[in-house]
Formats: sequence, C-alpha cells, structure tokens
Amino acid sequence: MADAGLAESVLERLEKLDCGVDSQDVASVLSVDHQAIVGAVKSLQSLGELISAEQRSSKHWELTAEGKEIVEQGSHEARVFNAIPTEGLSQTDLMVESIEDTVQDKLVQVQKGLTGKLDEKEKNELKKRKLLSEVTVKSYWLTKGPSFSTTVTKQETDLTAEMIASGTWRDKKFKPYNFEALGVPPECGHLHPLMKVRTQFRQIFLEMGFTEMPTNNFIESSFWNFDSLFQPQQHPARDQHDTFFLSDPAVAKDFPMDYLERVKKVHSEGGYGSQGYKYDWKLEEAQKNLLRTHTTAVSARMLYKLAQQGKFTPVKYFSIDRVFRNETLDATHLAEFHQIEGVVADYGLTLGDLMGVLHQFFTKLGITKLRFKPAYNPYTEPSMEVFSYHEGLKKWVEVGNSGVFRPEMLLPMGIPEGVSVIAWGLSLERPTMIKYGINNIRELVGHKVNLQMVYDSPICRLDS
Amino acid sequence: MPTVSVKRDLLFQALGKKYKNVEIKRADEEFDELCFEFGLELDEITSEKDIISREQGDVRAAGASDVVLYKIDVPANRYDLLCLEGLVRGLQVFKQKIEAPYYRRVGATDGKPQRFIITQETAVLRPHAVAAVLRNITFTQERYDSFIELQEKLHQNICRKRSLVAIGTHDLDTISGPFTYTAKAPDDICFKPLNQKEESTATELMRLYKNDSHLRHYLHIIEDEPHYPIIYDSNGVVLSMPPIINGDHSKISLKTKNVFIECTATDLTKAKIVLDMMVTMFSEYCAKPFTVEEVEVVCPDGSTCLYPDLAYRKELISGDTINQKVGIKESAESLARLLTRMCLKAEVTGKADEIEVEIPPTRSDVIHACDIMEDAAMAYGFNNIARTKPKTYTIANQLPLNKLSELLRLELAAAGFTEALTFALCSQEDIADKLGKKISDSRAVHISNPKTAEFQVARTTLLPGLLKTLAANRKLPLPLKLFEISDVVLKDDTTDVGARNNRRLCAVFYNKIPGFEVIHGLLDRVMQLLDVKPSRDQGYYIQAASDSIFFPGRCAEIISHGKSVGCLGVLHPDVINRFELTMPCSALDLDIEPFL
Repeated sequence: MADAGLAESVLERLEKLDCGVDSQDVASVLSVDHQAIVGAVKSLQSLGELISAEQRSSKHWELTAEGKEIVEQGSHEARVFNAIPTEGLSQTDLMVESIEDTVQDKLVQVQKGLTGKLDEKEKNELKKRKLLSEVTVKSYWLTKGPSFSTTVTKQETDLTAEMIASGTWRDKKFKPYNFEALGVPPECGHLHPLMKVRTQFRQIFLEMGFTEMPTNNFIESSFWNFDSLFQPQQHPARDQHDTFFLSDPAVAKDFPMDYLERVKKVHSEGGYGSQGYKYDWKLEEAQKNLLRTHTTAVSARMLYKLAQQGKFTPVKYFSIDRVFRNETLDATHLAEFHQIEGVVADYGLTLGDLMGVLHQFFTKLGITKLRFKPAYNPYTEPSMEVFSYHEGLKKWVEVGNSGVFRPEMLLPMGIPEGVSVIAWGLSLERPTMIKYGINNIRELVGHKVNLQMVYDSPICRLDS
Repeated sequence: MPTVSVKRDLLFQALGKKYKNVEIKRADEEFDELCFEFGLELDEITSEKDIISREQGDVRAAGASDVVLYKIDVPANRYDLLCLEGLVRGLQVFKQKIEAPYYRRVGATDGKPQRFIITQETAVLRPHAVAAVLRNITFTQERYDSFIELQEKLHQNICRKRSLVAIGTHDLDTISGPFTYTAKAPDDICFKPLNQKEESTATELMRLYKNDSHLRHYLHIIEDEPHYPIIYDSNGVVLSMPPIINGDHSKISLKTKNVFIECTATDLTKAKIVLDMMVTMFSEYCAKPFTVEEVEVVCPDGSTCLYPDLAYRKELISGDTINQKVGIKESAESLARLLTRMCLKAEVTGKADEIEVEIPPTRSDVIHACDIMEDAAMAYGFNNIARTKPKTYTIANQLPLNKLSELLRLELAAAGFTEALTFALCSQEDIADKLGKKISDSRAVHISNPKTAEFQVARTTLLPGLLKTLAANRKLPLPLKLFEISDVVLKDDTTDVGARNNRRLCAVFYNKIPGFEVIHGLLDRVMQLLDVKPSRDQGYYIQAASDSIFFPGRCAEIISHGKSVGCLGVLHPDVINRFELTMPCSALDLDIEPFL
C-alpha cells in the first residue's frame, strides 16, 4: 500500500458523507493530485468491501501551455499594446487608449475552474487558438462498502509457515486471488508428438497380440529390400531416383545361398506355380546396399527366419520405424519417414480375415468406416488400398495399404504351402499431422521444428 | 502409378452412355465408383485449358481446349488399361456389355510375311527385336492421338524410359522389306530424322537432341557406345535409330493404312509384352478387327520366330482354392463367370470344382494362380466379402531394446528434458567438420546418390541433430534442455550389410552457464534408473578424456563395468559457433545397448 495515510484520509472523508463523493472532489478537498487518490482507491478496493467505487468519466477544460502563458503575461494582443511606448509611434491614430484583455480574463476564469461562465462558442474559439483543451478525466464515484471502516487493516498476500505455527492466520485478512490469471507452468520435460503417437500405435499392436520386429537396421541389401519380396530388378523403385544406395559399404555379403538361388530362379524362370518375370537376374544387383525403403525388408527376414525354425508356428508381427526414399520433397514428403507395419502368418488366412484385422486395427484408431480398393503392389496379391470416410472432408481418403504376400515371395523362403501371410502398412507422420493439425511435415519432424509446439502438444489418445 | 487422360465425352460414348448436362455430376460420381471397384482411381476431372492455366497462367491457356478430361490412375502392371481403347474394353467386359475379343496372329495375304533380320552387331547393345503389321487400319484424329499416346505411356512405364524396350511405328507403304536391324558407328549413320528437314549423322543428332526437352532423357542409353543401333529397309532407308528417334521417311499419318511396328529391346519378355499391347489395343481399327499380321524375325544364329506372340495360356484352378483364399463360398460356375468379367475367360471343366482359365495376351500381369484369385475377388467386389476375425493365437512381445528406450524416454522427460526428433541422414560436415573431426576417421556409411548435401551420410552421433534443433529455437527462454533416444549407423564388418544401428541417448543443456553439473547429474540419474551404481569396479565412473567436440579439460569418458559407453562434457566454443549457437552448452552421449 503506497500511502496508508492517504487511504485513511479518503475513508474519513467518506465517513462524513451520507451519500457518495467523486474522487476529484476528494482530491481538491484534500489538496492532493487526483492520481494519488486513484491509487488510494485502488488499494482500498483490494482490501475487500470497505468501499465501493464506480468508475466515471467527466470532461473539463484545461489551459494549454500557451494558455497558461497568457494568464500570466496577457494575451498577445495586449502584450503588443503594452509594448508600445507612451511617447507614441507613427501609427498614432491608435483606436484605443487602453484595452481590456478579455482573452486573459476568460482564461483566468477557466484556470479558476469557473468554466461555466464561458459559453460554448467562446470555449471553442479558445480551443481553436490552442489555448484551451478539453480533457476527459476518469474518476470514481465513491460510496461506503458493506464492510466500511475508517481503519485500514493490512491484508496478507499469503499464508506462511509462521502464521500456521503461531495461529495468527486466524486474525489476518488475506488478499483475494485473481482466478482469471493462468498459473505458473510447471518446470518439466516434454515428449515429442510423433513419438507420443508412435507409443499409442505400439500399444495398439501389443493389445492385439503382435510381437515387435527388430527394425534397428537402416542399412539393407537390395536382396532383402527387393529381391526377396519378388520385386523385379528393373522395377522403378530400384532406380537411383527413388532409393538411396550406399557407396560405402557398397555391397552386402553372406547371403543364405540356397535361398538366394531359389529367389533367382523364381524371378528369372518362375516356379512354385508362377511364370516368373523371365529376365536375367543378377547377383550384383541384389548385393547393392541401400537405406531400406520399407520395413517390409525386415518382415522378409523375419518370415525367412520363421521358415527355418522347422515346424511352422503362427505369428503376428509389427514394427514402427524409419524408412528412406530419395524422393522429391514437399509439404507432406520427406526423405525419411516412419512406417507402421503389421503382419500375420497362419494357415488358411483369407482376404476376409485381412479386412477383419484391418477393421479391428482401425477401430482402435477411432476409424470404423472402411472400404477397400483393389491396387497393385509387386509383393502382394491381392493388394488393397484402405480408405476411410472422412467426416470433415465428406469423402473417402486413403489411410493405408494392405495385401496378401505372393507365393513367389513365401515359398522360396520355405514357408509351408497352406500358410497365408497378410500384411498392412501406413505412415506414422500422416495420422500424427491430422491428430495435431499440422499441415507441413517440417513443422513436425526434424531439427527445424518449433519446440514450443512440442511443449504445447496434448497427450495422444487415438480413439478420441 | 501411370495416369491416363481420356476425354470424358469420348469415354462415355465408347461406354455407350449418354448424359444430359444436368446429370453430368452424377455421371462423374458413377464413373468414380466404377473406377474404385475396378481398381482404378479417377484422380482428377480437368481440361487442357485448366492444366495449361495452372502450369503456365491464364494468358497461355486462352486458346486451349476446354473439353473435359478424366485423369485416371492405372495400376502399374495393367498395361492393357493405358489407353482409351483398353480402358473401355476392360470396363465393358467387366460390366458384361461385351465379350472380351480374341486376338489372332494371321499370315500375310500373299503368304510371305515381312522379314526382320537381326545382325550380330546388335548383340552387345540391344540384342532383341520383335515386329508386327497392323493391316488396313483406319485412323481418325482421336485414334491416332491415342496410338501415339500409348507408345509414350509404354515407353515411360514397362519400357523403363526406353532403356528396356523402344517402340518404332512406320507407314509400311513407304518402305519395303526385308528390314535389317544392325549397329553402326555413329558417323556412318546418316538419315533425315522425324520432323527434321535435313539429313544428319548420328553424331550430329546426338548433339542436336542434347537440348531437346523430350529426347535428351534417352540419349544416355547409347551415347557412349562405339556403335548405335539402326534399322534399314531393303533400299537402305532408315526406319529408326532406336531408342532415340524414327526416320522421317516412314512416319505415320492419319492416312496411313498399314502400320509396321518394331520393338527393339534388352529384355525380350518385355519386348513381346509391349508389342502385344500395341497390336491388341489398335487391331480393333483394322479391316479385320483384332487380327494382326505376322512378321518373321530372323536372329543372328539363323533361327526364326513369328511375332506378335499373342500367346494365350491356360491355367487350372479349383473353385475351393479361390473360395478359401478369398473367404467366400461361390460355386465353380459363379467363379468362372466372375473371372470372365475380368477378361480371363473361364469355364468349369466338370472335374470336381476345377475351373479352366484362359489368360489372354493383354493380361501379362497374371503370372500365378494368386493373380487369378485376386481377379475373382475384384469381380466379386472386395467390399462384398465378409470381414472375419482370424483365429490366430499369439502372445505379444516387445523388442527389449525398444522397451528400454520407451521407459527411458519417459524418465528423461520427467527429469525435465524435452524430446527432439531429428533426421537420421545428414551432411558429412555435420558429423565431421563441424565437430572438429575428419570424415575419413568416422565409421559413417556414405550414400552414393544424394540429391542434396543433407543426405550424404547416415548420422554417427545424435549430437548434431540436437545442436541444430537448439539453433532453430534460440528465441525460446533458457535454459533449453533436449534429449533424443534413437539410432545412429556405424560401419561394422561383422554384419552381412557391413553396417549396424546403434541405439544412443543424447542430451544437451544450453544456457548462459555451461551446466556441466546438470548434464552430469542427468548421467547419474540415468545410471540410477538403469540400476548401475557409481563404482570403479562394479558400476560406472567418469574419467577425464579429450575430444575435439569438447572444451579442453571439460570432457569425460563414461566407463561402465570396465567398458567405455559414452562421454559428456562442455562443448568446444568452435563447435558452438559452427552450429550457429551463442551460449555455453554441455552434452551427454551414451550408448544404451550395453544396458539391455
């Protein structure tokens, strides 16, 4: 409280009155600046309901700097007159011998606060001459509050340990809190939104009984990334324009040679009921190292491993990890992104089963309206694009890709003939961008993201 | 996925549909639905005018046609749907409006087929060739445009930009067989190429086409060869110099009646498919529709083959197999009808539920029973198949490394650090020069074909990504505390690919003071979480070390159970500067794999 004395003076002044008083009048009675009274009123307000103060505004006229000068020294006209020596001057036919300085008189009235004695026209003339200005003054109409008292008790800002120990809190008055303001943000770390969504997808797969695949191998050979998946060596995806190849280490080694021979045969000659692609399959092409273009390369390794274990056991696998494409970059495409993949291998799985699993999976994401479009993919047949109905856009949008792995991929691995392997995939970035309302992928991933976005992003619940 | 543009009016006319203007929106929607069912995608409804106006501005588009175009995405293996003719045929058969035509190779009327002789010289370059004649064809402007467009689509897709197969089409009445496909030195080849006024040598042509926006993309295929492939007629007229350009002499026009088509290739299977596509699509306009006149191709060893192949193949498949794979219960007869709608003429053989399926030359994509099964499912309608739950029973397991990473991430955030997500690829500079190291000393894997410097190497440390994240967020209040748990890639001879991922934990503290004690405290906390005690023998400790990343005397190595597992320290001011930072910064870099 700036000046407790002044506040008490205001209270004393108020006590003598039955009705109310304007803060300006209080200022003139107490002969202090109005602003000081305003300060005192505000501090009284913060003490509870001692007084009630209603804001008002009034207009009054004030002298400008030039106006004040005229009050002291007379109007310019008068000063000219006074400056003329009595001996006279050439213009001796002065019309008057003495003058009445009405401008000065009027301004003096204003200064005395007797503005009412001037009419509007006079005031406006003086205003035009920039001698007077009209000023709006904010003041308070003060009345006694419900708990009016002339003594000011100092309010405590907060409870202290000492008050609790001594019990003095019982006699204290406490300043009210401002519940309109925000609290102090807690000091804490934050998880990245893409990783929060990844955690949720991981959770969904685990809930559905899927085992996580070891995808911690960004470098793959063309063999596992393409050839093992029955993707022919002339396929456009194997072009320099689409895939990052390595110069060091440039080639892979230690292939399972009998399996590699079977892969070579199914590509170049066919077999397992297939016509094959009938081209000259080259080992050099399969050896080329690259940054994996999909996590399906890992699925291929896992299925091969599964086939080698002797007796086949059904499996459900998933992975969520980085993949790389040497593509043209734009607002939704980066050279690296996260692929989500699910795989189920068992005897007698049908296309209807694949759609059923996808329905369960997407239901967990809060997406229930699905339909499927026939598509093409070198390693799945049938292949289906998954569409969901977007209520906001009022149209069907693609949400993933799926299919049944081709026999030309599975049989050379040694997977038993009656076993079907169904799989699906989608990107992690796209659902995250939709979830967090981000339009440019660069605002989500990479070093250029604004950390404030990370700080502010809500928790991720995909189904709500 | 290739995109085919067709004029809407022509398409609807060919599909036998008439729409009044008021119904056109519904027609668009209906066609969109049909596409969806058939595995196509009506990508865009536009016009030439729209396209030009979008790409080059309204001024340029002023005179362009505003005929409505459908842009249709076609699956990459369906070469038979790359032109209006094929699309309409496929859809009409699907909707049971027509039966699939039977394509036949026929002999020449005089009994003597055109001969196409391949010489030994082509062997090292482009050893294969196939050819055929479309006899008595009637072109209209639309048919002609479609004919040219199909060649272009095939060139861009199955022909892999002409590298695998190149197509040449000629007015047979301007040339006379037998034709010779050979190879010659570029300076010895001289002819007037398509749409040019002068004769030029091949050497001059290659120079000329360097600036041709279209042809320059194909020059590399033969450019550096000592000899170029070339096709002559019996009078020495040049038909074409594949895969670059045809001769002007034999060019086709709207008036052409007899078309000679040759395909030269490095892949014979693809050459046969391409030729089959060209002739099956356009023999529709021949006097005897769907017949193609044979050409005898003579190989360098003297053997001969008749083309086009137009081979029909028969496959037997049981109805039960289809039902089981798809998850439906249809009779063999019903499945045969479904397959017939996909241009796979099918009949029940009478032996149990056996179905005989005939695969036409247009369906080169059908190479296995699973392709037949898919077509049955498509005709049945994917969305009519009941969605079922598989009975597969499995117990889920997390990958231990990912489980550990997930648990640590939560704890690091709880310790007040914010998670960053940075790229696995970066420039050499980021992991070497900027850290005061030599790239040759690193175990980084190198990318051979990066489009920009940002993708030269896979990161060997997470630190540069975090420092770049700090640099991009210098405006935020200090201190900035970041972490990332992710993989780096290191060369490793013991793996099949010669490299392996390594899971790392990296954290930085960026403030007005270096805060070594903060990052050190974080290490202690992480070790506590990993249940590793501070101890010389049985736990972890840190010891002074030196590294160009850190300020001298402010760097320590982390030893756990006797092995070095990472380092921490105050960054060297040079490193801070190179990452465009201005404040002191301390960092922790830890390999978490030993703690599994």
